[in-house]
Amino acid sequence: MTASSPKLEIRDLQVKYNAKDDNSIALDQVNLTIENGEFVSVVGPSGCGKSTLLKVVSGLLQPAAGTVKLDGKPISGIPDEIGMVFQNDALLPWKTIVDNVRLPLEIKGMPRKEQLAEVDRLLEMVGLKGFEHYHPKQLSGGMRKRVALSRTFAYDPEIYLMDEPFGPLDAQTRVKIGEEFLELWERVGKSVLFITHDIEEAIALSDRVVVMSKRPGRIKAEFTIALPRPRPFYEIRFDPLFKEMQKEIWACMSEEG
Amino acid sequence: MSVTMNKESAPSSTAPAPITNSKGSQPSQFTIWAGRIVLGVIILGLWEFLSGRAFNQFWLSKPSLIIERIGKMAMNGDLWFHVSVTLYESITGLIIGMVGGILIGILVAYSGVFDKWVYPYIMAIYSLPRVSLAPLFIVWFGIGMTSKTMMVVAMVIFVAFYNAYEGIKNIDKDLMDMMDTYKAGRWHKLRWVVLPSITVWILTSLRLNIGMALIGSVIAELVGANRGLGYYITHSSGLLDTTGIFTGLVLIMLIAIILEQFVIQVEKRLLKYR
Ligand SMILES: Nc1ncnc2c1ncn2[C@@H]1O[C@H](COP(=O)(O)OP(=O)(O)OP(=O)(O)O)[C@@H](O)[C@H]1O
Ligand SMILES: [Mg+2]
Repeated sequence: MTASSPKLEIRDLQVKYNAKDDNSIALDQVNLTIENGEFVSVVGPSGCGKSTLLKVVSGLLQPAAGTVKLDGKPISGIPDEIGMVFQNDALLPWKTIVDNVRLPLEIKGMPRKEQLAEVDRLLEMVGLKGFEHYHPKQLSGGMRKRVALSRTFAYDPEIYLMDEPFGPLDAQTRVKIGEEFLELWERVGKSVLFITHDIEEAIALSDRVVVMSKRPGRIKAEFTIALPRPRPFYEIRFDPLFKEMQKEIWACMSEEG
Repeated sequence: MSVTMNKESAPSSTAPAPITNSKGSQPSQFTIWAGRIVLGVIILGLWEFLSGRAFNQFWLSKPSLIIERIGKMAMNGDLWFHVSVTLYESITGLIIGMVGGILIGILVAYSGVFDKWVYPYIMAIYSLPRVSLAPLFIVWFGIGMTSKTMMVVAMVIFVAFYNAYEGIKNIDKDLMDMMDTYKAGRWHKLRWVVLPSITVWILTSLRLNIGMALIGSVIAELVGANRGLGYYITHSSGLLDTTGIFTGLVLIMLIAIILEQFVIQVEKRLLKYR
């Protein structure tokens, strides 16, 4: 990894779903750069291609045109250093919470004892101690999200790709998990590409907020969030700069086109 | 956590009790079994009562005679002699057919274009009345148990294939994508996602196939054998012994019920997570 190359670099990206048909362009002319340790959020209307963008970066989807580089190297196949948190939890319903969280460690071939110790630490961290032997069905939506987060933490990727990780949560749980997550992230300091439809959440978490236009998704504007860190996830909302950003991003999103 | 999914179970002290969806509208186990037993008694009672009164006992025999016959066969060893043969053929054939069908199902589902080539042919063979192959199987595999076992395999393998195949085609794509992002190899995908995903489908096919397996072995025995319940039925019908025929049928039914209950128990165990 050279100091000069950014963590993630997306150039003139175009993604189509069913080739040949012009209406099937999901993403067009997307340019986005994420520096090492930078937290970037993407907001945009439903169906504008946010999940599609993450699928391309994670190597699950091939772009029609353009390049995606991680650490200056074009991606081919699934890159080693990405950790994806899916829009739905993508937990294995037939496995217990412990097994779900240790899955990436098992795949890496870590000895069983170390796996369990690591899982223990992570479940403690996200406040799920005592639920080790439950199955996902027995947990609430918010608890499942936390399991999915700890699984990605277990994998310990270089860049986190998070698709509305707090999506279906109620306002109160959202703030609580957001707070925990922000604190965890400020400690590890890895790069994050974060998808959300909640502008306040995006501002509170990010160094930069990217606004996408509706389909075909393009990048409409970028906003640098110059709020100091560490930030109090909830109280930061009363900061005048926060309000300012909120107004600007709102205005940008409600603009036509 | 060995807490059964029982509403009365006391909450455990340390961890909070598991959240189970309360099935308030479901009838209790007692209601279900009491109803089943009453229904059975009514049917058997009607049969017993009407036989010899509303119709000639010769046509349909009657429960008391069948029970008496089963008792007699148990005493002279005929019962186990015939039951064990049919059971052996059915279970061996069931195992071979299930394993074979599942393996072929998995391989075909993952074979790319090959899948598209062979699938219509497999379904075409499936639509053949395989029962009519029984005489041919006896020519190929002899009069012994092999031909019966093979008949059972022919009866069960398609359902096993079809369910494994459909199970694979129905695997949640997000789960496979998730495995891909963690760079899981084939073995891990199979162990953690594919096999657990298709377990529901496999158990369904196993349940359907218990009946198919018994039909297969008995039909093959009907065509040519010197032992087994199918043989007992043909032998009895040669003697115009209706009680014998019905005894054979009742025994087949009992075997099916017992095997089905066995599969239900396995299902409860494997699908506990739902
Ligand atoms: N597998 C697919 N095949 C064809 N079209 C697809 C597929 N997945 C998504 N699309 C289309 O691509 C566009 C972008 O989808 P995507 O899931 O990326 O949206 P999104 O921004 O994540 O939306 P949301 O906020 O609702 O999650 C949508 O218009 C959708 O119809
Ligand atoms: Mg999405």
